[in-house]
Amino acid sequence: MSTSDSPQGGDAALINASITQLKGWLSAGELSAADLAGAFTQRIDTIDSELNSLISLVAPAEPGGDGALAGIPYVHKDIFCARGTRTTCGSRMLADWVAPYDATVHQRLTESGAVLLGKANMDEFAMGSSNENSHFGAVANPWDTSAVPGGSSGGSAAAVAARLAPFATGTDTGGSIRQPAAFCGVTGIKPTYGRVSRYGMIAYASSFDQGGVIAKSAEDCALVLGEMAGFDARDSTSSDEAVPDYVAALDGSIAGLRVGIPRQWFSDALDPAVGDAVTAAIDELRAAGAEAVEIDLPDADIALAAYYLLAPAEASSNLSRFDGVRFGYRCEDPMDLQDLYERTRSEGFGSEVKRRILVGTYALSAGYYDAFYRRAQKARRLVTEHFQRAFEQCDVIAGPVTPTPAFDRGAHSDDPAKMYLEDIFTIPVNLAGLPGMSVPAGFVAGRPVGLQLIGRHFNEARLLNVAHQYQQCVDWHQRMPSIAAASAHDNREG
Amino acid sequence: MSLTNDQLQAVAHLARIAVEDEWSEALRADLNAILDQASRLDDPRLNELEPMAHPLDQTQRMRADTVTETDQRETLMAGAPAQEKGLFLVPKVIE
Repeated sequence: MSTSDSPQGGDAALINASITQLKGWLSAGELSAADLAGAFTQRIDTIDSELNSLISLVAPAEPGGDGALAGIPYVHKDIFCARGTRTTCGSRMLADWVAPYDATVHQRLTESGAVLLGKANMDEFAMGSSNENSHFGAVANPWDTSAVPGGSSGGSAAAVAARLAPFATGTDTGGSIRQPAAFCGVTGIKPTYGRVSRYGMIAYASSFDQGGVIAKSAEDCALVLGEMAGFDARDSTSSDEAVPDYVAALDGSIAGLRVGIPRQWFSDALDPAVGDAVTAAIDELRAAGAEAVEIDLPDADIALAAYYLLAPAEASSNLSRFDGVRFGYRCEDPMDLQDLYERTRSEGFGSEVKRRILVGTYALSAGYYDAFYRRAQKARRLVTEHFQRAFEQCDVIAGPVTPTPAFDRGAHSDDPAKMYLEDIFTIPVNLAGLPGMSVPAGFVAGRPVGLQLIGRHFNEARLLNVAHQYQQCVDWHQRMPSIAAASAHDNREG
Repeated sequence: MSLTNDQLQAVAHLARIAVEDEWSEALRADLNAILDQASRLDDPRLNELEPMAHPLDQTQRMRADTVTETDQRETLMAGAPAQEKGLFLVPKVIE
């Protein structure tokens, strides 16, 4: 057998295998779930000290079910509660907090047989675009450790890129799956709002938060999303729309597919080299039979302004639960109850979280509500209507995920308003609650570039199909950073 | 739009976040930069639009009025910073 289609190839074969290949080896008895978990755990031990992609390691358990992911290891973004596991949300506030219950996502993955290896680093409370806002330290980009991995699911994306796990969970409130996936050269999907249960997923901005998957390929994303998605009575905004068979939809032809290209996104704000990579990716889709259609998606600046009021407003409400009384951090020797609240929150939250809580509190305060919050909700409608009009002309939208490739660590950390501009192409999708993907589409100066695909509500199957067809024509998603390859020598087999 | 130091302290109090003096100037500059972006929302096209609270324009679903939660008091209180006899402990609030 060749090294590429057998576990006998050692780590190099294991870490590049698709989930379907891994399952084949597991069910043929060529590999045990314990071997597989052990191989990835060993990689984490060897490689992650350079990346800091994981906050906690979890001793791998026996698969809890024999479903579609039986024996497949993964890591959770540390925003998902898993009973008995430390769940920090990247914050000092929850640095020692052990979750007393399971998130629905965790429960479903466990029942499907997936094996948890650890909890991934993230921007504190999912607020950030660089993973520099974590109480547990910044994460390095596996392609270039002087670059950020993106955020807020930066640990998840870095771990998958470095082949520390076959897949990771993530959440996307303003781009937090797609942007790190783009920066780290991996495939990520943010489903439609309501597609994946938010129960047990620590809340940031509840009308935007959506769980999803980061993996090496669209095929793997399809398999995992199929296990995670679906109605959950414990999340009052969960959708009861039926979950289609995402894997079965992968092989459909994209001949005749109308791909909308937002003309406003290919402007001065976009790094020309990123634009070239994205245009080349769109050319691949055309070569596969798709038809490119120019569309209008104006007002990205209004979307950004609206998001950076609405999300902080929701955050200021959600994060009021961290009061030093019921769970998590409490300051030393409080003088009185007021002092307990104020110092606990001042010491327990990092700067960016405090900034957003304050912006949100201000936007919701008496006298400013109409000028800020309500106005921003109207802007949300405007942006959503732009998408509705665009989807009259096309079936999916394709464009950049980010204006530039991964920036250097520290580059924007003193200027939050500038950092927010990183999210200009991802945020409109969250305002409208649409599904979006990031698909590896090349490199600029050694740093990955992502192609963003956006679909109609609940059209994840089509997005995954388009991404999979694209991945049949290119090999960007199979490229591996040298930090992962260097450790992929055969240290498992004798 | 410019947030004064008094306004910042008032908002910080509403949010129950102590803002130390050494941070307040930098913080005020950051917040003003963020709030400046909100001027984009002055666009007159927004005037006639309905505010949108839910991305799918759905309302909250109702559920049956039945007890579904079991008593997990001890488990849920295990993460509290201070507790005694099933109660959360806080500094004395009544003299």
